[in-house]
Amino acid sequence: MTGAVEAPVGRLESRLRAARDRGRKLLVPYVTGGLPGWERVVEACAAAGADAIEVGIPFSDPVMDGPTIQEASERALRAGATPPAIVDALADLDTGGVPLVAMTYYNVVFRQGHERFAAALARVGVAGAIVPDLPLEEVGPWAAAADAAGVETVLLAAPTASDERLVRICARSRGWVYGVGLLGVTGERSELAASALAMARRLKAVTDKPVLVGVGVSTPEQAAEVAAVADGVIVGSALVRRLLEGGGPEVAGRFVAELRAGLDGA
Amino acid sequence: MSDTTTAPVMGDPGPDGRFGEFGGLFVPETLVPACQQLDAEFRAAWADPAFRAELDRLLRDYAGRPSRLSLCENLSTELGCRVLLKREDLNHTGSHKINNVLGQALLARRMGKTRLVAETGAGQHGVATATAAALLGLECTVYMGEVDMARQALNVFRMRLLGAEVRAASSGSRTLKDAVNEALRDWVATVETTHYCLGSAMGPHPYPFMVRELHRVIGDEAREQCRELTGGDPDVVVACVGGGSNAIGIFSGFAELPHVELWGAEPAGGAAIGHGVPGVVHGSKSYLLQDEHGQVLEAESVSAGLDYPGVGPEHAHLHAIGRARYERVTDAEVLEAFQLLARTEGIIPALESAHALALVSRERAALAGRTVLVNLSGRGDKDVAQVARILGVDLSGTEVAG
Repeated sequence: MTGAVEAPVGRLESRLRAARDRGRKLLVPYVTGGLPGWERVVEACAAAGADAIEVGIPFSDPVMDGPTIQEASERALRAGATPPAIVDALADLDTGGVPLVAMTYYNVVFRQGHERFAAALARVGVAGAIVPDLPLEEVGPWAAAADAAGVETVLLAAPTASDERLVRICARSRGWVYGVGLLGVTGERSELAASALAMARRLKAVTDKPVLVGVGVSTPEQAAEVAAVADGVIVGSALVRRLLEGGGPEVAGRFVAELRAGLDGA
Repeated sequence: MSDTTTAPVMGDPGPDGRFGEFGGLFVPETLVPACQQLDAEFRAAWADPAFRAELDRLLRDYAGRPSRLSLCENLSTELGCRVLLKREDLNHTGSHKINNVLGQALLARRMGKTRLVAETGAGQHGVATATAAALLGLECTVYMGEVDMARQALNVFRMRLLGAEVRAASSGSRTLKDAVNEALRDWVATVETTHYCLGSAMGPHPYPFMVRELHRVIGDEAREQCRELTGGDPDVVVACVGGGSNAIGIFSGFAELPHVELWGAEPAGGAAIGHGVPGVVHGSKSYLLQDEHGQVLEAESVSAGLDYPGVGPEHAHLHAIGRARYERVTDAEVLEAFQLLARTEGIIPALESAHALALVSRERAALAGRTVLVNLSGRGDKDVAQVARILGVDLSGTEVAG
């Protein structure tokens, strides 16, 4: 399924590789689509130094997410958010060329149909997709549709995988490889798990693709610590919590700028 | 079926865990190695005579198997068909759930895991898991929807008495579906030491397969008992279906006998096959109650144990190929059947099991003169207070009985 022949490098991966090769550490914030004012928040993240932005399409049963993103998803759904409305809104965002990546669960994709969902993402210029309940064994049909539409499917790699499995995950992943920093679901942690660094090291040893670590990366200090080994970080719950507490684009922009500064000082 | 080389109707789903187009392994990457290990370990244990002997001993000496087969003469007279009950209600802990948890708990110990995590709806699977954990010296955490904890307070206390920690699932609909989400989240964080003791024939591979095999004993016993008692096979086998574990267990004993009809009774408020369309949640592809955008809908049933928007993938397959027939019964029909069995036979069924009886009662004309085997999956003690409330009976103790 993974195939021996590498696919041509997509624009998301090209962009991230180029930034990395210039010596820049990569920053990908996550924003739950459908929260009040989320569109402006995404733009603020782009302006504050994000290298790509994950936009969550909320799902009723997000099993890979902890309390913060569960709460954000519930709020967005209660406010009437739907996958087509969020995807359509992405077409109008001004991110200054910072690529967008859609993150959602497989039933949302399956319900629309692989080809239709991939085409919808491509039409609004979304560069990539993350579907956390679609592991290597099941990703084939979606990944084929996404590849054909020019949407890069980022795969997750977890601490429980063998080295041999990591190699196969890296081969099938597009855009970047998403290292899961700890055993657990998304959410803030007071300290960086040792497993985050171990994950980054194991992935860097087997792939030349950009390696970004997420889950449990919450502060500029933690971001800098992981990025000493990894090519960058994904920060979700720490940002989304600020939005749930009433923060808007300014608060989000300031936090992303702090993360950026932390990474640039690393 | 004269062609004996035909693949079995309920066969091995293979390494991909597929029942036709249903099933699979749709879980976060963190859990994939654990599911694959579980598949390998279960198959090895299932082929190991020592493991089977130990499980059989526990099923016999601890759970009380074989469960009885009762011919219900009064009910048969009332309904006009011959009704046989497979008495899973007489098992230790009061339902069929013990078959599965004893097997999984032994397997957990064999794999070196020290903790069980489980979800529960009505509390039957939670109580059974807590029981097995107590017996085998394992830690146990049970997730239960907040709404269900209120409906089944006595089972919450039972689990705690058995040494389990009961945690409330307070997101979403706060019922069984959300308890499964919480159990999966727990497992993502604890997979190195913890076994997820899933309570139904659903979830990612190998669970639908493994849980079926662990409940196969229901169908195998019932087939032999029925032949001994009646000299033949039943015409129809009926079971309630939420996730579908008791049904899959009894169906597995009859699926290869084409002259035996298989009927599943779904709650009208949670009929995944009756009202759902194919979807993916909790690890497998099956029928699912969902909206046009793929958001999972909340089931609503009088029975907490069937309050689930999905159904095990093998039931989806049996429906798709037409081998089993699935019908919806209403809460009102279920309450009728609950009282009917108590009144005619002196057996108070679980509300879940009363769904199967309700279907038989409704279809009595079509069943006239035929032999019907009903899986009485659990006893109704846990439901008595709730039924009294629904029927408007005051149990506060302030009234003097007249």
